[in-house]
Amino acid sequence: MKMRKLSFHPCGNYRETYEQELNIFETDFGRLWLCVFLIALFGAAPFVLSPYLLYVLNTIGIASIAAIGLNILVGYTGQISLGHGAFFGVGAYAAAILATRWGVGFYIAIPAAGMITALIGMIFGIPSGRLKGLYLTIATLAGQFIIEYVLIQWESLTKGTMGITLPSPEMMGWQMSGDRMFFFLIFISLVLMTWFAVNIIRSKYGRAFIAIRDNDRAAEGMGIPIFKYKLLSFGISSFYAGFAGALWAYYMVSITTEPFNLGLSVEYIAMVIIGGMGNIPGAIFGATFITILNELLRFATGLLMNMGVATSLGLNMAPLREFVFGLAIVLFILIEPKGLAEIWRIIRSSFRLWPFSY
Amino acid sequence: MEFFLQLLVNGVCVGLLYGISAMGFVMIFKSSSVLNFAHGELLALGAFFFLSLVTWAQLPVYAAFILTMAGCFMLGFLIERFFLRPLIGEKLIFVIMLTVGLAAMFKGLILLIWGGNLHTYPEFLPASMGLQLGSVYVAPVYTATMMISVLFLVAFGLFFKKSAQGIYMRSVADNQKAALSLGVHVRRVFALSWAIAALVACMSGIVLGIINGVNVHDLSSIGMKVFPVVILGGLDSIGGAIIGGIIIGLLETFTGGYLSPSLRDVVPYFVLVIILMVKPYGLFGLVEIERV
Repeated sequence: MKMRKLSFHPCGNYRETYEQELNIFETDFGRLWLCVFLIALFGAAPFVLSPYLLYVLNTIGIASIAAIGLNILVGYTGQISLGHGAFFGVGAYAAAILATRWGVGFYIAIPAAGMITALIGMIFGIPSGRLKGLYLTIATLAGQFIIEYVLIQWESLTKGTMGITLPSPEMMGWQMSGDRMFFFLIFISLVLMTWFAVNIIRSKYGRAFIAIRDNDRAAEGMGIPIFKYKLLSFGISSFYAGFAGALWAYYMVSITTEPFNLGLSVEYIAMVIIGGMGNIPGAIFGATFITILNELLRFATGLLMNMGVATSLGLNMAPLREFVFGLAIVLFILIEPKGLAEIWRIIRSSFRLWPFSY
Repeated sequence: MEFFLQLLVNGVCVGLLYGISAMGFVMIFKSSSVLNFAHGELLALGAFFFLSLVTWAQLPVYAAFILTMAGCFMLGFLIERFFLRPLIGEKLIFVIMLTVGLAAMFKGLILLIWGGNLHTYPEFLPASMGLQLGSVYVAPVYTATMMISVLFLVAFGLFFKKSAQGIYMRSVADNQKAALSLGVHVRRVFALSWAIAALVACMSGIVLGIINGVNVHDLSSIGMKVFPVVILGGLDSIGGAIIGGIIIGLLETFTGGYLSPSLRDVVPYFVLVIILMVKPYGLFGLVEIERV
């Protein structure tokens, strides 16, 4: 068997066909490094890391799934949604209700929650048929408040502010519990979802999304039914949110309506912007950044409280968290609007071009 | 009937407050097409400046008022200079997210400095400003609010219709490039409009503070209430903001009074969605026709 010749970075743009343009990996090294990374992630991380770090990693995984979904909507289709946090909540509640009311197994409940959320997301995407830009943003903002209200008030279904406690996921008589099991569940889902997202962007649908983002009138003129595609984009994005929400509900064991507020939606948008709009790995970077920032700020708060550096000062740390969060968003927008993905690209290419970097 | 009248008056009063807080928002939108998510925090900043000047620095009310106005004018100027100006011509989402980030920053700052408790101003409005309308009493604050909103309405109406600066602002909002090529100083227009908007915002923050007490969380949630109001009235209509505010205020108090108190806070958003679907440019907004 003949070894295929490894491809390296070309010194110019030598693409000749559209297929080459669509390649995910420019070189074989990219593919190789991804394999090494995945093997290290699945082989070493769950066995080496402490439970706390594993918890952080799992949170990052869940946030990444939701952020990828939002990036398809915001970064690729150009529709700004401020209701992603609420969709995340819909997914969490859908899974919880399916699991407790009808005793559905998690392997059905989680995708089903995703589908239910996708449907609801499409309902809230209907205004996009008539509205665009900031009017649509305000419509999704209203969606956020309405969903929040329904989750709290529909007590016969959601048990209101009491919350729901989920059974631990079980497959073929085998109980799944603990951070390590969830690590595998979450990260296998993340890999599959990332794979799906990367590929849908390469397809006809993805190209239609990008066309709508870049110029909706031109897209319509070229025969893309934009309302249909906008709805589809809302559906896919909400599916991701619902899926992530369902995973989160299982992971957290008990859920209440509290976390799914506007703050969460803003956090997801921040992930997309900080990571890099229109960039799938960027969404993962952004999710990592925001989650770690949250944990660091919480850690700093706790540390100051424990050390007793003036407890009055310690009490004032929560607002500091809010301040730093806002500052991070503002700085990224002003300094590097293309986000962490762009920074990562610059670092890589300066290594590659060394010592002749320009 | 008594109950109905009381609700009616309450609704109009609350609505006027919404209207007056929406005016600053409309100002910014009208002149720079920026959707300001930090509006509630601007209201809060104004209210807290005034609070500090009155209670901590012990200044007389009118001096504190003038100082707060000047401070907010500067603040609006600085916000535009440092945060919004680099984004001229950038995509909508960056501008929106920047104001969201600013909102978080301001809220954090206010909480750091003044804390999350409820503060109140000392009483300073003369009681003779109260009105007795038949069986319903209107508190002095509300008459003051009504006077202020009418004053603002007229002043800004004239400003946008007659003065050169106002016309520049409208031209910039309509089409930045065209305005630029016709010799409008776009950057100055932006700076001025943010300064004026911040001034209006802090002014309405003070009014809100007099009525409900000064609390960050309440004031910033009013920043979210502004959206249904301005959409109903039309995003670029100052008179529409007042009328939209009154309608939303009436709607809220009547739902709270007759249907259920928990529905009260969500009703504006249901209305918002319906309006967006039926008449996206609101009652008095400028209709841009585009068929895509």
